[in-house]
Amino acid sequence: MSAVLEGTIWLGWAMLAVAFAVGLARLVVGPHLPDRIVALDMLALTAICAALLLALASGSSTYVDLALVMALVSFLSTVAFARYVEWVAFRRARQDRPPPLDHADD
Amino acid sequence: MIELLVELVLVVLVLAGSGFALIAAIGVWRLPDSLMRMHASSKAGTLGGSLLFFAVAIGLGEFDPAVRALAGVAFLLFTTPIASHLIARATYLLGVPRDPSQVRDDLEGRYDLAARVCQAPPEAARAATSAASGGERPSTGAGGGAA
Repeated sequence: MSAVLEGTIWLGWAMLAVAFAVGLARLVVGPHLPDRIVALDMLALTAICAALLLALASGSSTYVDLALVMALVSFLSTVAFARYVEWVAFRRARQDRPPPLDHADD
Repeated sequence: MIELLVELVLVVLVLAGSGFALIAAIGVWRLPDSLMRMHASSKAGTLGGSLLFFAVAIGLGEFDPAVRALAGVAFLLFTTPIASHLIARATYLLGVPRDPSQVRDDLEGRYDLAARVCQAPPEAARAATSAASGGERPSTGAGGGAA
């Protein structure tokens, strides 16, 4: 691997680190439940990208399998979270005085 | 020569993939409401991940991981729209406030959350039925009446 490609991969690591930090900030800040799910989905995708960069940097194909499994798990978890949010919405529709939206999930 | 070309393609793919992942993150941080954030994360994120999968498929230089990487691209392209659609529907059903710049809501009043159904508004349904009956009158009733 040449120095140019190595430097590019380092640059990619830096960009993914910034992306992860920003997504983590959105996950903490919120303000609502769907924002956090979107942030979590994006963080999982950033982790997939990191696994792929690792596969390129190390030349090992094991990390491709890691990325595939992470894609599968992140899809299933996003679907589960979305179903949960819909369930919360249905429950709120049945309640007389639903709690404020910031605390919709408790 | 070939090695140089492959490396150039790899550099471009890695930079573009990481850059689109970063753009997705910036969109998730900067856009004003959750539906817009979902839009940024799903489109730019899928593109970034797919470009990096392509980079791995080219860069490892073996057949087996390349096929797996292409399967990963197909998987991302199949699942991300479904996941983002589900998130968007859940966001809409939860009634998260939207940004004031969004002035129109075509689904307004169509969802009955208690009965868990989505239907056309009354005036649109009436217009549809009157149009159907108006279209049926001149014909002899041979092909109409599906409603």
